[in-house]
Amino acid sequence: MQHFGFILASYVSTGLIIGAVALWLILDHKKQKGALKALEARGVRRRSQPVKDERANPTRASEQVPK
Amino acid sequence: MSWFNDLANPTRFLNLSAKLLPWLWGAALIVLAVGFYMAFFIAPEDYQQGQTIRIMFIHVPFAWLAMATYALMAISSIGTLVWKHPLADVSAKAAAPLGAAFALICLLTGSFWGKPMWGTWWVWDARLTSMLVLFLMYLGLIALWNAVEDPIRAGKAAAVLTLVGSINLPIIKFSVDWWNTLHQPASVFRFDGPTIHVSMLTPLLLTAAGMTILFLALHMVAMRTEILRRRVRTLRLLEASRAVEA
Repeated sequence: MQHFGFILASYVSTGLIIGAVALWLILDHKKQKGALKALEARGVRRRSQPVKDERANPTRASEQVPK
Repeated sequence: MSWFNDLANPTRFLNLSAKLLPWLWGAALIVLAVGFYMAFFIAPEDYQQGQTIRIMFIHVPFAWLAMATYALMAISSIGTLVWKHPLADVSAKAAAPLGAAFALICLLTGSFWGKPMWGTWWVWDARLTSMLVLFLMYLGLIALWNAVEDPIRAGKAAAVLTLVGSINLPIIKFSVDWWNTLHQPASVFRFDGPTIHVSMLTPLLLTAAGMTILFLALHMVAMRTEILRRRVRTLRLLEASRAVEA
């Protein structure tokens, strides 16, 4: 196939860029989820978040992005 | 518009997007698979460009998406500045890295297509330069969002810059008509209809649709992450203030 290298390079570079972006998004999402869980485990909670045991979770915050 | 107002609630958005995401991933996979099958096994090679026409099936959709993503950011910016929609600047911030990636892919694949067809990797003509400007604007906006600590203030500054930068969109679109360029004129979105043969147009529209669905899925994931990031920031500030009080 004529110019096969150019076609291959186009598809490979596209796959690599989209793959890198998707991987970064997934890792970033996991990182934020982990950080939120760690905060909640320390008893820091949002004001609107349902709490089973109020005494165990004394600290709550309103969000900057409103609920 | 009640559904739109409902989405102003980040928790509702998180719940709705969690349900939608698997469908979007699945739809993107199916449409892209059909589109690329047609692009490689059904669409004929071009009588002038030969097999390099296969590059069109990624280059053109990503060019469209790079511009559409910026248009989405401009609409979100109006939402931030005018209606103060809580998710508007979340949407704009989440879209910027995706738009940058699409613009980069458009530039790279354009180069890989240009070298065998034009004899050069790059030329400073209006279409290529205005697309490079779009890529640089994405990088500038990402830098601005990261430079300002408060996400609300960053969102407002970025919204103004985004709206100013949106002047580049018609320049990109009409650059091939307004100036002499190596780049071919529009062959799909024209007032007199597409000039591209249906055997190539169908897979092109299918790959474009698949990539658009893929964008919607990636954008949704990025928005969900940004909402979590803001919750983490708020809770960390609260925790720090309580530590100071104690």
